[in-house]
Amino acid sequence: MALTREQMAQRVARELEDGFYVNLGIGIPTLVANYIPEDMDVMLQSENGLLGMGRYPTEEEVDPDMINAGKQTVTARPGAAIFSSAESFAMIRGGHVDLTVLGAFEVDQNGNIASWMIPGKLIKGMGGAMDLVAGAENIICTMTHASKHGESKLLEKCNLPLTGAGCINRVLTDLAYLEIKDGTFILKERAPGVSVEEIVEKTAGKLVVPDHVPEMTFAQG
Amino acid sequence: MAGFDKRVASYEEAMEGIESGMTVLAGGFGLCGIPENLIAEIKRRGVKDLTVVSNNCGVDGFGLGLLLEDRQIRKILASYVGENALFEQQMLNDEIEVVLTPQGTLAEKMRAGGAGIPAFYTATGYGTPIGEGKEVREFNGRPHILEEAITGEFAIVKGWKADRYGNVMYRHTAQNFNPMVATAGRITVVEVEEIVEPGELEPSQIHTPGIYVDRIIQGTFEKRIEKRTVHS
Repeated sequence: MALTREQMAQRVARELEDGFYVNLGIGIPTLVANYIPEDMDVMLQSENGLLGMGRYPTEEEVDPDMINAGKQTVTARPGAAIFSSAESFAMIRGGHVDLTVLGAFEVDQNGNIASWMIPGKLIKGMGGAMDLVAGAENIICTMTHASKHGESKLLEKCNLPLTGAGCINRVLTDLAYLEIKDGTFILKERAPGVSVEEIVEKTAGKLVVPDHVPEMTFAQG
Repeated sequence: MAGFDKRVASYEEAMEGIESGMTVLAGGFGLCGIPENLIAEIKRRGVKDLTVVSNNCGVDGFGLGLLLEDRQIRKILASYVGENALFEQQMLNDEIEVVLTPQGTLAEKMRAGGAGIPAFYTATGYGTPIGEGKEVREFNGRPHILEEAITGEFAIVKGWKADRYGNVMYRHTAQNFNPMVATAGRITVVEVEEIVEPGELEPSQIHTPGIYVDRIIQGTFEKRIEKRTVHS
């Protein structure tokens, strides 16, 4: 079975470490915040200028001056810091953020990522995505492995205009967890019940399959 | 003697001197921390062919979206737009030129502009459509593109508290682009929720020192919320 959005978030959360500063993009990456282990302290960075994003506010706590980069109302956790956009991107560009998780349309075997523009469709902008992928050393890209029509999104070369060149080294799809190294995808784990053959079939880029590819496990319920 | 007293009496006076064809830098992220009354005054004045530099372009009927109604914006530099139908329509009709700019690069362009740095190199955008036609130079084995600074004839800023001398503090994430915008305008206008006497603000807590600020006005704010999200 392909992973659900929640399972994808759970799997990404296993890459968190105590004391990590983490930037989570919109969509599945946002859900990762729900799976931070209890015994771990992780600080979420929101690129509009908040380090230490807390939970959503109650009705009484809603404050129009307190939002995240997705423009949602949020709270600040104890120990949070608030700063300007320039300061925020100094952290990002300067490589101070330990882990960045973001979605993508396509990723290729050379670590290129396309996530912001589909020619012919309305282009709203890249927001902070280009700065994030250029600045972070440690990025996990979350995406579906193939389109609804079965076309692979893990390619030899991205078709869509890039968000960043050569900057992605880890990808979690609904079918597999992969690393990118020396111009090839390396299959590290597969979703429960998903065969290596299916992953091979749905990966257009060069793929190395080790002898043993462990199946991901998830707690029931 | 006015000395350092930057206060003006009206919004009309606050935007005195703005003309068609000028470049206006605006603070704010989404609808958070936008100079909503200064934008409304630009609409009232009806100046056209503006180049606007702002992370976003408001929503239909509010914020910078107001300036779309009478087609006052000719060109916009932003990182994310299209939260409004009118914008989308004007973009598709080529009535407005959009220069999409990575968010961190946009912030740094204004920071550099205000700090007298004409351009800077960044890895952001290299190998993407944003890097096309820009000078590339390698540092530490990695290619970077040259990005030029931005300044404008007017900078419009939303602060929380200011003193009469134009020292400004921002509230929570309403800070966002406002401090950089404040440094990069030839005329910088700040509207705030409260103006206090010099000495009332703790000097070490000032976000924007008064040297950058030309005009200060106290206003009342709607502070519209774009995406109200609550804890369930």
